[in-house]
Amino acid sequence: MAHMLTVNNLNKTYSNGIKALKGIDLTVKEGDFFALLGPNGAGKSTTIGIISSLVNKTSGKVTINGFDLDNNVYEAKRQIGIVPQEFNFNPFETVLDILMNQAGYYGVVMRQRRLLCEKYLKALGLWEKRNGIAKDLSGGMKRRMMIIRALVHQPPLLILDEPTAGVDTELRYFLWDFLRTMNREGTTIILTTHYLEEAEKMCRNIAIIDHGKIIQNTSMQNLLQQHNTERFFIDIQEKTETIPTLPGYKVSYAGSHSFEVKVSKGQSLNELFLHLEKQKLHVTGLRSEGNRLEELFLDMTAKH
Amino acid sequence: MNTIFKRFVWIAFYTLLSKELKRIIRIWPQTILPSVITSSLYFIIFGNIIGKRIGSMGGFDYTMFVIPGLVMMSVITNSYVNVASSFFGSKFCGSIEEVLVAPVPEWVLLLSYVMGGVIRGMIVATLVMLVSMVFTSITVYSWSITVMVMLITAFIFSMTGFLNGLLASKFDDVNIIPTFILTPLSYLGGVFYSISALPPFWQKISYFNPVIYEISAFRFGILGYKDSIDIIYTLTVMIIIAVLLFVLCIKLLKLGKGLKT
Repeated sequence: MAHMLTVNNLNKTYSNGIKALKGIDLTVKEGDFFALLGPNGAGKSTTIGIISSLVNKTSGKVTINGFDLDNNVYEAKRQIGIVPQEFNFNPFETVLDILMNQAGYYGVVMRQRRLLCEKYLKALGLWEKRNGIAKDLSGGMKRRMMIIRALVHQPPLLILDEPTAGVDTELRYFLWDFLRTMNREGTTIILTTHYLEEAEKMCRNIAIIDHGKIIQNTSMQNLLQQHNTERFFIDIQEKTETIPTLPGYKVSYAGSHSFEVKVSKGQSLNELFLHLEKQKLHVTGLRSEGNRLEELFLDMTAKH
Repeated sequence: MNTIFKRFVWIAFYTLLSKELKRIIRIWPQTILPSVITSSLYFIIFGNIIGKRIGSMGGFDYTMFVIPGLVMMSVITNSYVNVASSFFGSKFCGSIEEVLVAPVPEWVLLLSYVMGGVIRGMIVATLVMLVSMVFTSITVYSWSITVMVMLITAFIFSMTGFLNGLLASKFDDVNIIPTFILTPLSYLGGVFYSISALPPFWQKISYFNPVIYEISAFRFGILGYKDSIDIIYTLTVMIIIAVLLFVLCIKLLKLGKGLKT
């Protein structure tokens, strides 16, 4: 499968001397749904900024769908649709004007512009708002408008920087469905998000960036296999003054009637219950808390 | 440049320019009206009330004499302010990123904003000329020189406005230059008087004011009144300045100065 995005030895040092990127290498295959994760200030936005030509790189090479960003900048730019984290449109223009203009900047002819705007406005439920002023839209509507704006020139690569930040659960699920459909229809998607559950559910491949370096670049499946422990919260009838001793398990206090147990891969839950039985503790509830990717992410970024 | 790319570039240019023109029309009480009202007041006060006492200047009725200056002052201010405020506004709300991520060549971005400024300058100039006809009748001496000077001046000041918008980091940076530099230069650039009427020392000082060349050349085009400034030399220098400014703006855009980190 061809590569949609290749980043080689990408470096960025800001004028204040801060080294935001320290030789990043990244490859995203055509048709992939790719997660780029990292804590705040890790270098995600700088990487996306360089790919979308909003940040000047210090050194390195970026190739988008076979087009070198340095030598074939216009063709390379044509391959990307970008949904930034911040709202970056003229709030006094109408929704339709913003979208039609954006398609115009990519050289889309007027008739096709109208058709594409209509298609995506209807798909994302904004058709009725097309003549409304952008500043009057709700946060979720603005977010959807920015997704449409990134799509009006039908790019093969869509980059979304925190697309579901600040949107309600219903809309988040709606956007997930929409993006999955786009991906099924052939659009390569790169997603950065703070909702790791989102990345786990949607993405097939993942890169984790921290302190300007890629610390993990693998498939989601491989990464999750590295997950060795699972956290369980156990509620008991008795009031726990002290943490119960469960040999072989890491236990921590989680409330007057509950405690947390970390169960490693291969450890038996039956054995755990036997220990509880012996100590005459009556289990009233058991739940697995936390997201697997989140735990791995915290573990990996803490090591660097 | 291949045909497809040419077509893309043309569509991008047309889109950016029409967006600019829509903005000028949408907020016409801010973009068009103030200059027309201000010029009308100048015509009433300096032309009719004070002008009658002054009599003639350079062989022309005073009202007639100030018309080219007032028209040119409107062109300079409007073309500058239009581009500076529009471009800085796009930077401020982040919408300039819509263009920066798109395959729009730097010269297309620059030219569309500059053309927006030039067109606003022309619209205001035409309206001020029409208002002036209420106060006096004018027969244009040379249409070619008049239009050429007006266009090049609008082009130059649109580009200086673009530079201002590009390098500005706050709204104050956009307002300072028109208030503290452009307006004084225009007032002292021969809008209301002929530099020949100044004492020799102040004449020499005036030659350092770039606005004086535009106003004198424009006055020559409209009235045929020749100050101590050479028209051909002035036009040549204006064209050179326009080209240099264009090259400078493109260079800064390519570097991403004021736009990219």
